[in-house]
Amino acid sequence: MTTIMPKRRKDKVDELAKAAGTSLTAQAFKRMRRSPVAITGAVIVALFLLMAIFAPLLTPKDPYFRYPELFTIKTPNFIPGSMPGFLFGSDEFGRDFFSRVLVASQQTLLVGVLATLIGLSIGMVIGGLAGAFGGWVDTVLMRLVDVMLSVPSLLLAISIAALAAQPSQWTVIIAVSIVTVPIFARLLRGAMLAQRSSDHVLAATAVGIRRRTIVLRHMLPNSMGPVLVQATLTLATAILEAAALSFLGLGDPDTDRAEWGLMLANAQRYLEVRPELAFYPAIAIIIVALGFTLLGESMREALDPKNRR
Amino acid sequence: MLRFVVRRLLQAIPTLFILSILVFAWLRALPGGPAGAMLGDKATPEKIADLNRTLGLDQPIFVQYFKFLGRVLTGDFGSSLVSNQAVLDEIGFALPATIELSLTALLLAVGFGIPLGYLAARYHGRLVDNSVVIGTLVGVAVPVFFLGYLLKLWFAGEGLGWFPPSGRQTTGIDATEVTGFATLDGLLTGEFDAFGDALWHLVLPGVALATIPAAVIVRITRASVLDVVNEDFVRTAESKGLGRQTVRRRHVLRNALLPVTTTIGLQTGLLLGGAVLTERVFNWRGIGYLLAEGIERRDYPRLQALILLGAVVYVLVNLLVDIAYGIIDPRVRAR
Amino acid sequence: MALLEVRDLSVVFQRKGEKPFTAVDGVSFDVDPGQTVGLVGESGCGKSVTSLAIMGLLPRRGNRVGGTATFEGTNLLSLSDNQMRERRGRDLGMVFQDPLSSLNPVISIGLQVTEVLQRHRGMKGDAAKRKAAELLDKVGIPDPTRRLSEYPHQLSGGMRQRALIAIALACAPRLLIADEPTTALDVTIQAQILSLLKELVTDTGTALVMITHDLGVVAGLCDEVNVLYGGKIVERAERHALFNHARHPYTHGLLGSIPRLDAPKGEKLVPIKGSVSDNIPWDNGCAFAPRCPNAIDDCRQTMPVLETDGPGQLRCHNPVELADAVREGAR
Repeated sequence: MTTIMPKRRKDKVDELAKAAGTSLTAQAFKRMRRSPVAITGAVIVALFLLMAIFAPLLTPKDPYFRYPELFTIKTPNFIPGSMPGFLFGSDEFGRDFFSRVLVASQQTLLVGVLATLIGLSIGMVIGGLAGAFGGWVDTVLMRLVDVMLSVPSLLLAISIAALAAQPSQWTVIIAVSIVTVPIFARLLRGAMLAQRSSDHVLAATAVGIRRRTIVLRHMLPNSMGPVLVQATLTLATAILEAAALSFLGLGDPDTDRAEWGLMLANAQRYLEVRPELAFYPAIAIIIVALGFTLLGESMREALDPKNRR
Repeated sequence: MLRFVVRRLLQAIPTLFILSILVFAWLRALPGGPAGAMLGDKATPEKIADLNRTLGLDQPIFVQYFKFLGRVLTGDFGSSLVSNQAVLDEIGFALPATIELSLTALLLAVGFGIPLGYLAARYHGRLVDNSVVIGTLVGVAVPVFFLGYLLKLWFAGEGLGWFPPSGRQTTGIDATEVTGFATLDGLLTGEFDAFGDALWHLVLPGVALATIPAAVIVRITRASVLDVVNEDFVRTAESKGLGRQTVRRRHVLRNALLPVTTTIGLQTGLLLGGAVLTERVFNWRGIGYLLAEGIERRDYPRLQALILLGAVVYVLVNLLVDIAYGIIDPRVRAR
Repeated sequence: MALLEVRDLSVVFQRKGEKPFTAVDGVSFDVDPGQTVGLVGESGCGKSVTSLAIMGLLPRRGNRVGGTATFEGTNLLSLSDNQMRERRGRDLGMVFQDPLSSLNPVISIGLQVTEVLQRHRGMKGDAAKRKAAELLDKVGIPDPTRRLSEYPHQLSGGMRQRALIAIALACAPRLLIADEPTTALDVTIQAQILSLLKELVTDTGTALVMITHDLGVVAGLCDEVNVLYGGKIVERAERHALFNHARHPYTHGLLGSIPRLDAPKGEKLVPIKGSVSDNIPWDNGCAFAPRCPNAIDDCRQTMPVLETDGPGQLRCHNPVELADAVREGAR
């Protein structure tokens, strides 16, 4: 029965929704451009992305090749440090550590982005359904989410990762992503419930727009702000959690794979011999996690209605 | 108040019930099924079928579930594949170590977190505030286990040598065990050298474990104080001409600490996770150590018990926090 | 001598990286002992800021306060923070707009009353509680002893505002400032609170500064009325004079936009055009000029000054003619 409504009124409602949503985002973006915190975060994230994209071109040596000149002089208690041609020296297998740190940015980005995206998608489906339908759907889904939240996050990740017969990068990604599902679900549900009683959604309902249209065109887009903020922050925690899982022996056992968390975890064994093996990946993780956190926090602050002037 | 407590207790039951189903399902989803998981490397199809019969795994699924629930409720988690001990005994033995470490970390986190957060809010926008905020952002970006190693590297052993690098007690120190809590035992028996030694061992792992919760508590306290100082009732308090200290303590802090209380409850989850990592770094023989070892050796009966235990503890702690919240906030009680 | 003499009070807000904003601009008025004075205007006219400046309750940073506010011979604005804390609650009391958010939600009503008694009267324990119950009784809260142990959320809106009045009057201050005390309340409750305030100030001889946007409140309560616009007083008059022949077009407009039961059938309400955001700065003329039906060229060029006008004072180049005003008033 949507034809009853004249086109003009439909546009009007859309405009209302836009005024509540997009102009807000635009304002937030404007505020962020002035914030030094946001700029620092954005620069770190941009550099990290560039590094990951161009890593294969930047590496001076083959990151996977075990160099005999590094390997032959290796004795059980000695891993060569910086030397001509090998800026960060060797790792425990005689590979060029500098090239490995560079190329590891790709896998770390992959783990962070995939874990976040999977968690985000599942969480949004759950939260979106709960927020759109309400009633018993909401009750059942949110009870499930509560149970997931009732298990401490690392414990949940461990129990999921332990289910795999053979640990791999994928078990890490999936374990980390499941942990973020309840967070996204709750967030989107909360934002949508808040939208449901907002003026422009009431206006849309009053002029007889179908519920599906209201949800998809009005409630969902306007609820995306906090979800986006959480996704940015989750990129940081996902990388950290993946490192923790690797440290507990649930990471990828493939010694060729270069990923900062994995490298950091493996380096613990050689800490007394060559602490740099842990330091470089650790510093890389800290900087990247900090970058995503700074960006996420400044987004949150910019979107916060309390800070609007 | 009593009605509020009872209601919250009843609300926790469905969560724990669903949780038990999930853990049961988890056990069924293990590679090779529960039997395969229990037999580990020694599994052959015949042995698995044999064990399945002994374990009653050929019975209908809901019968299995209720049997599982019955065992769990009586504390029977089977025996560890690593030590052959009953899992419950293992846990009972390791629990004091973890509680001692977690409480230390929690005390440190709260003890530093709330004052720092308050300080940052009071000097909002100034150097103190900015340094504290940047400190907390860096604090949450450092992997816990790496921080543990850093502390060890700098302050223990070959570094400054101020603190012991691992363990809960110096070997050779003559400590009588009463409760299993090393510090408490030292006090109870009057062996103050043992008490001091235990305390000394707690410093580095305690600090490592406290970092992230402290950072979170700082930020929540700061944000909350900033909210509260702009509240109308603070202006009313000022209009009464109350002393600065009274306004701060009675009107600002008391209200600002409400959200902080909830956060502290949520931090216990982080603490349990962090304890797993910290205990491994500092060779601290607690629950986390059991868990890490259990993962490495694929000791599923032990893992199952630990996951369930972790969740139950987390639910109970948050229940306690809710009740505490009800005590400080009269509005919650009324609902 | 007046109880409170405000002279040339100005408040300028200055936030980092923004233009300074003058919220109160050279405001002067007197309050005599036992007198009730109204500060009237739309939101943003500077009436609340004036009261907060007198009470020393403006935020510590981001503003400059000029002029004097002399209370019993002491300039309040020159006092230190600690000296001001001695005065607030004892000599000067204040009641705020929203009674729910103005009471601390996690502290019992009792403590919120007794803490001010303890601070300024040194009363403790049972003595303080008895006095608090007495105060609650005086503001018309039934069963006061039981209410002492209750929390703000357990009280109704009117009861909360009564409790706030009890707190403000606990130490029998000589001056009470009430900032829109009835705005957040139901209409029926509004009248009760107003008559309570009137009764209390008459009984105790407390002077009252009533801050409101509602001319109805002024009509029932105030001896003298100051109308503020854009941070300046534009008209000052005795209550009856103001209602019978308002001279400033803004005051006139405020009166014209109130529905009246005794108005002839078919008469239209006359709203004031535009909003406060249409203001021009005072140094370019009259801030009200863009919205003023009486504006002449002069209004956009020179700033009008506050001049004696009959029994009152007026800041206007082209006021409403007395004859018109009388005719309007007589209708």
